[in-house]
Amino acid sequence: MTRAGDPKSATERYVAAFESFAGNGASGAPGWLKTKRESAISRFAETGFPHSRLEAWRFTDVKPIAGEHFVLAAKPEVSAAIRQAADAQLLGGAERHAAVFLNGHFVPELSSLEGLPQGVKLGSLRAALESDAKLVEEHLTRYARDERNPLTALSTAFISDGGFAYIPDDVVLERPLQLLFLADPASGSNPMWHPRTLIVAGRGAGGSLVESYVALGDGTYWTNAVTEVVLGEHAKIDTYRVQRESVQAYHTATTESYQARGSVFKLVNFTFGAELSRQDINAVLDGEGADCTLDGLSMLEGRQHTDHHTTLEHAQPHCTSWEYFNGVFDDRARGVFTGRIIVRPGAQQTDSKQTNNNLLLSERARADSQPQLEIYADDVKCTHGATLGPIDDEHLFYLQSRGLSRQEARHLLTYGFGSEILEAVKLDRLKEQLDGMVRDRLSG
Amino acid sequence: MLEVKNLHSGVEGVEILKGVDLTVKPGEVHAIMGPNGSGKSTFAQVLAGHPAYEVTGGSVTFEGKDLVEMDADERARAGIFLAFQYPVAIRGITNAYFLQSALNAVRKDQGLEELDTLDFAELLEKKLEMIGWDDSLIHRAVNDGFSGGEKKRNEILQLAVLEPKLAILDETDSGLDIDAVKEVAAAVNRFRSEDRAFIVVTHYERILNYFTPDHVHVLAGGKVVMSGDMKLALELEAKGYDWIAGEAAAVAG
Ligand SMILES: Nc1ncnc2c1ncn2[C@@H]1O[C@H](COP(=O)(O)OP(=O)(O)OP(=O)(O)O)[C@@H](O)[C@H]1O
Ligand SMILES: [Mg+2]
Repeated sequence: MTRAGDPKSATERYVAAFESFAGNGASGAPGWLKTKRESAISRFAETGFPHSRLEAWRFTDVKPIAGEHFVLAAKPEVSAAIRQAADAQLLGGAERHAAVFLNGHFVPELSSLEGLPQGVKLGSLRAALESDAKLVEEHLTRYARDERNPLTALSTAFISDGGFAYIPDDVVLERPLQLLFLADPASGSNPMWHPRTLIVAGRGAGGSLVESYVALGDGTYWTNAVTEVVLGEHAKIDTYRVQRESVQAYHTATTESYQARGSVFKLVNFTFGAELSRQDINAVLDGEGADCTLDGLSMLEGRQHTDHHTTLEHAQPHCTSWEYFNGVFDDRARGVFTGRIIVRPGAQQTDSKQTNNNLLLSERARADSQPQLEIYADDVKCTHGATLGPIDDEHLFYLQSRGLSRQEARHLLTYGFGSEILEAVKLDRLKEQLDGMVRDRLSG
Repeated sequence: MLEVKNLHSGVEGVEILKGVDLTVKPGEVHAIMGPNGSGKSTFAQVLAGHPAYEVTGGSVTFEGKDLVEMDADERARAGIFLAFQYPVAIRGITNAYFLQSALNAVRKDQGLEELDTLDFAELLEKKLEMIGWDDSLIHRAVNDGFSGGEKKRNEILQLAVLEPKLAILDETDSGLDIDAVKEVAAAVNRFRSEDRAFIVVTHYERILNYFTPDHVHVLAGGKVVMSGDMKLALELEAKGYDWIAGEAAAVAG
């Protein structure tokens, strides 16, 4: 006999869901993808959902996700309200480049794909499986590997749509490429989607991308997103990722970047939403002189829980990486940060710096921070530091002695935690939006 | 303006100030000198309202108001300003934004309109011009990575913007080179006025040469053990503090 919430029965449910998925709408996929899906679901069937006995999942229990009966979401109607909400979320006016998804499905009528620079591609992965078959086959699932995370395997099993962006060699974008994943929890009960995104930047390509997950209302649903970003030699890419799911929703994700020689990658990551979120950020520096920056801000309240599990892998010499994550946790919210830095044998002259600061605004808020250094080369520089605690009394006194009330002083100090990361946002309109979100979170 | 009577204060049951008396009138400059650990910073912080120090006896009034009952921010809005001996760094908040927030908190309290970013930038520019400093520090996070000297200058800039009635400078001259001491002193001089008073805590008479104090006090063992004028400061510079202990003991005995 099996009970709801029992991991075993949950696994079986997903295997069954896969079978009907593979038998239905997903049948149009190319053979190679079908094979990948099949092996991914077999892997998931073996491992099941991650559990807290696994070192990497020690602080985050996904039982609530496994226990819920999620079903693959149908494509909802696009109402006028949704149209308006999408428009409000997107940056720029008529000239913007944006691919918009609703409950995991690409929505052409909400997207703005005209006027892309020569050779630049933006749209849905489903379409790219046909239009850019070779490119997609070459890269998809190659970096975010199923064996590293059961939820990545589940994503691979259910690949059907998601974002696709391609910037050809030597093309430098003027405007950002936007991928907006809207969640409409009102349509259907317990929906889930597994948006899979592939971003390929050619040699010497440059530009910025915005990847946002935004709820249109509150409700229980599950986003399980995997994004792979590939940078060719000397490419220079900034990505901004914003998670604003419903506080009743679950968000699990892997953000995987792979860098060739001399490339520069920057991720600025914002976590505001979801009752429970877990994001694996894996960055591989696999070419000499590559540079990677991972900046992050989490601001949670209520009973929200987030877990950022980051891995920076220095596979080649002379690479640099900078990681700076701030967390602000109020009420009974909890944040987990893992900063794993791997320096492979031969990756000499690695220079890596990691910082994780956590501000606890209430006695019941909690943060766990753990650096994990695995260094197999001898000529490297790796530093890490973490702080955690309430607002410093001396800081409060300093501000109060300048005339700010205790409340104003607390707000200003909290805002400073957010503002440090906002500084990394180079798109003005996005920065304004995020600044508003940070200010909204300042509490008494 | 400020009336301190038999002030006793300490932390966690340890008494640091053991009966301080001091009267400051508008327009006056008072210097407080004294050996390390004698309670000078404690006195300054108690005046500014640091919550760690408990007032266990005596009274402090400022323009007739009982300061002891007021929180640090209320005191600041009433016109008291402390230039810290060790200013803290506030990450993520630029100096300009901080100053604007502080000034607006004071203005709001006075029923004045708050200044927007543009108006404030204009005001800040004027202040900088007035004290002859450039704007290199104002867009950096408050005191974050500032050199010792830059931190001290930043305190003076805050003073210039907030225009307090009573400014307490806690060793603002320590750790500054001679030119910087002159600069800080010149800036302070520019803000001297008939209705603004200064309490200057220092170890060196050199800064006092630039704004001659009306009164010089020696704080030792948590008490004002001697008061005088500039001559006292010169005497201390020449002889150190040992003789004072003797005099004070003689008086007490
Ligand atoms: N918060 C505190 N907790 C414990 N002891 C304190 C605290 N503040 C001050 N003291 C103690 O009180 C005494 C006076 O310190 P204070 O900083 O006021 O001296 P000071 O005269 O300013 O010295 P200096 O010339 O070195 O700046 C010292 O012994 C100090 O250790
Ligand atoms: Mg002192």
